[in-house]
Amino acid sequence: MLKRLAALLLVVMMLPVCAMAQEVVNVFNWEEYIDESVLQQFEEETGIHVNYMYFTTNEDMLVQVEANPGAFDVVFPSEYCVQQLNAKGLLAEINLDNIPNFKNIRTSLLDPTYDPGNAHSVPYMWGTLGILYNTEMVDEEDVKTWNVLWNPKYTGQVLMMDSLRDAMGIALKLQGYSMNSQQFPELQSASELLKTQKTSGMVKAYGLDEFKDKMVAGEAAMAVVYSGDAQYAIELNDKLAYSIPEEGSNVWVDCAVIPASARNVANAEKFIDFLCRPDIAVKNVEEIGYCCVNEPAIEELGEEYAASEVTNPTDETIANCEYFTALDANMLLIYNTLWMDVKNAK
Amino acid sequence: MRFNVSLPWWAYAAMGVGLMLFVAMIAVSVKRNHGIRRPLFASPYILWIVIFTVIPVILIGYYALTDVNGKFTLDNFRSFWDSNYIMREQLRSMAGDEMANTIARGSVNIDTLVYSLWMAFLCTVMCLLLGYPAALFMADKNIKMGATVVVLFIIPMWMNFLLRTIAWMSLLEDNGLINNFLEWIGVGRLQLMYKQSTVLLGMVYNYLPFMVFPIYTSLSKLDPKLGEAAQDLGCNEWRTLYKVTMPLSLPGVISGITMVFMPSVTTFFIPRVLGGGNTQMFGDLIESTFLTAGNWNLGSALSLVMMILILISLSILRRADPNGEGGGIA
Amino acid sequence: MKNFFKKFYLVLVLIFLYVPIVVLICQSFNAGKSRAKWEGFSFHWYRELFQNAAIMKALWVTLSIAVLATIAATIIGTLAAIGIHAMRKRPQALMMTLTNLPNTMPDIVTGISLMLLFIFFKVDRGYLTMLLAHIAFDIPYVVLSVLPKLKQMNKHTYEAALDLGATPRYALTHVLIPECKQGIITGALLSFTLSLDDFTISYFTTSPLVQNLSTLIYSATKLGISPVYYALSSLMFVVLLVLLLVVNRRTAEDKD
Repeated sequence: MLKRLAALLLVVMMLPVCAMAQEVVNVFNWEEYIDESVLQQFEEETGIHVNYMYFTTNEDMLVQVEANPGAFDVVFPSEYCVQQLNAKGLLAEINLDNIPNFKNIRTSLLDPTYDPGNAHSVPYMWGTLGILYNTEMVDEEDVKTWNVLWNPKYTGQVLMMDSLRDAMGIALKLQGYSMNSQQFPELQSASELLKTQKTSGMVKAYGLDEFKDKMVAGEAAMAVVYSGDAQYAIELNDKLAYSIPEEGSNVWVDCAVIPASARNVANAEKFIDFLCRPDIAVKNVEEIGYCCVNEPAIEELGEEYAASEVTNPTDETIANCEYFTALDANMLLIYNTLWMDVKNAK
Repeated sequence: MRFNVSLPWWAYAAMGVGLMLFVAMIAVSVKRNHGIRRPLFASPYILWIVIFTVIPVILIGYYALTDVNGKFTLDNFRSFWDSNYIMREQLRSMAGDEMANTIARGSVNIDTLVYSLWMAFLCTVMCLLLGYPAALFMADKNIKMGATVVVLFIIPMWMNFLLRTIAWMSLLEDNGLINNFLEWIGVGRLQLMYKQSTVLLGMVYNYLPFMVFPIYTSLSKLDPKLGEAAQDLGCNEWRTLYKVTMPLSLPGVISGITMVFMPSVTTFFIPRVLGGGNTQMFGDLIESTFLTAGNWNLGSALSLVMMILILISLSILRRADPNGEGGGIA
Repeated sequence: MKNFFKKFYLVLVLIFLYVPIVVLICQSFNAGKSRAKWEGFSFHWYRELFQNAAIMKALWVTLSIAVLATIAATIIGTLAAIGIHAMRKRPQALMMTLTNLPNTMPDIVTGISLMLLFIFFKVDRGYLTMLLAHIAFDIPYVVLSVLPKLKQMNKHTYEAALDLGATPRYALTHVLIPECKQGIITGALLSFTLSLDDFTISYFTTSPLVQNLSTLIYSATKLGISPVYYALSSLMFVVLLVLLLVVNRRTAEDKD
């Protein structure tokens, strides 16, 4: 009896393996970063099955892509990470002829410094880094500068981003340096600044995207977030507002790329092209609330969307902000060591 | 689910030879003894131990003693002692001695280790203080609750440990259930989250059953007549507990301490959720060294240090319980 | 009075253990998404649960691995315990040390060492590697539950069976295994529970392609977790509880 049961179980286990003969595309994206119905629609229209997997930080993703060659066909890194992946030779060149909808992408985002000529990447979403604050607890004048994160008025009320580039970037910007500084003294003073922030008890918690829910629930006065999370939170709680400090901030673009080790390149191209279709772009933007890269889609999204500084930043804001550029392994190690020092400060 | 396994040819060869030897061994022993020799029953397990315990431990040692290029080095242990070591050496080659020498010793790894040991110690003590009476009462024949309560202690473990920890967050947040309750009865809101004590609470919550089981097991094995005898001879209840029951339950206590202390040194996730990432524990450090920084060599060195520390403390505990009677949670 | 105090203390400890679980179950019925606000009773998240392909797949992975690992670990572990029991003193001591080693190693070190093993031998991490890892950490628990039962057994029973003409195989299935049945069941139950609840080791031995519930929940926690997961674990919890009660009832009837 037990033997037969075990044999039966084994047979059932093997079933999913047989089912793999179908056409697939293995997508590796940020979590909650697509309208799930889009995946279904893609499967229905093309007959290609989407294996959808997700990561939560660029650094995690990078390690995974390196450690699992062939596991992913489409990956969505941020701009500096596109550069990093490319430097390691992990990206395939994208044949834009197979992606006719590429023509819809907003021209100001094309041919970027991180990937000249868009040889390896197609923009998917973009946005800014800023401060989400509760208007009942925070003075609007205060959040015009990054200095508010060090303002003793809000001791123990700040949710700080647990991501080394963003945190170091803010401290660098506040002191008037570039967010991409490679000068050790500048980095060291940025790290000192972050240490002061921690030791003086300004920070309530370090974390990532879970902050949007904490802000909605009124758990803190302000949080450093990406504009998309800000949009989500503002929709749920009208006491919240978003500010991009005057010192300038980070503009980021999340792109679709195809790893060099991809096993289903043609399907990957079909998937990327599908995402560039205006109707699909509208669906995705409406679901996740980040800034739209698709010009026809922006028109469709309406006046209010196009006019908002959160969802559609003006050219002046962009000019005041910076892309992150990739750091080489040595620089990254220095950033990482300094950041660990911050986290260890008591 | 992919099953493609790509191994170098020599691995296949080694596996084939191993399998053949294995079969031959069984054949020979069956022939000689006209029956299966029972110690051979353990051979699949021995094979398993070699592949999944011995070789991995050797690999950790290998990575800890080499650099990215596979060359022998002690730098990983230097970095353990001085977390700024690699950064300083790098600056030396980039910007010269002058700048490099301004960097002091970094104490991230040591600090984290000391902090983790301290937290694990507190957690173990609290589990013991909470768990010993619980085990004692469970084993009490007058109460007749033992068997049921044991099951009740196991059941919470069927709820995912990550979610149980998150549930504590819902309870403790500024607008969480406990604070709402406190406000309602007029005490006012308290900051309960993101403190050292919050992390400690999460750890005690998670590890308490591992303290209770072994103590309960060794207490329930005790002959109740011993206690009665002690009382007949004039001991009061406290004295019986102190002089008879406690010493006899020592193996269980030691086993409980092992089962709580060891995993709690390397706790990760709990400090991040309940402590808000304000303080790191050694588990978080190992994880981020491997997965965020991608530095497997340093990560292995950290793991190796951890393992050696644990083996040392284990051998000390062994001395207190030479027969290993503590047993597991079974 | 004293007994009342003792019971009271036990109940307090149990409340401490169960409060978060009750909170989770309540929240799984909350209509809204926020943890902070109660927006009315609803089965919304349960409906959502069954439509969520990622969760269903992860549930399948978790359960199938728990079952397969339990079966494999119970067989290998029971045989190993019988073998170790019959060994001479020195090899026995060595085996016991090796058996205790993974138990005393922190999960994170076990997980990482297995990850290094798979990467070093260029085995793609996924379902198979996670299964192997689970079997590996389950076996020692089976060995440690079965061995004490063998030690309690009368040494000569097995030899008597052989002397009376039983073949070694017959003696194994009709004498040895029935004697340690209780230990085997405990070991299997323990394996199943540990495999179901394991996060750390799975996290390091699988790729994001094959997620079990723990690793799926872990990646969700970084984002503010959806009540779908509360619904899921409440459901699993209740199912397992019912199963336990049924098994208990039946073993109680057997005894009567």
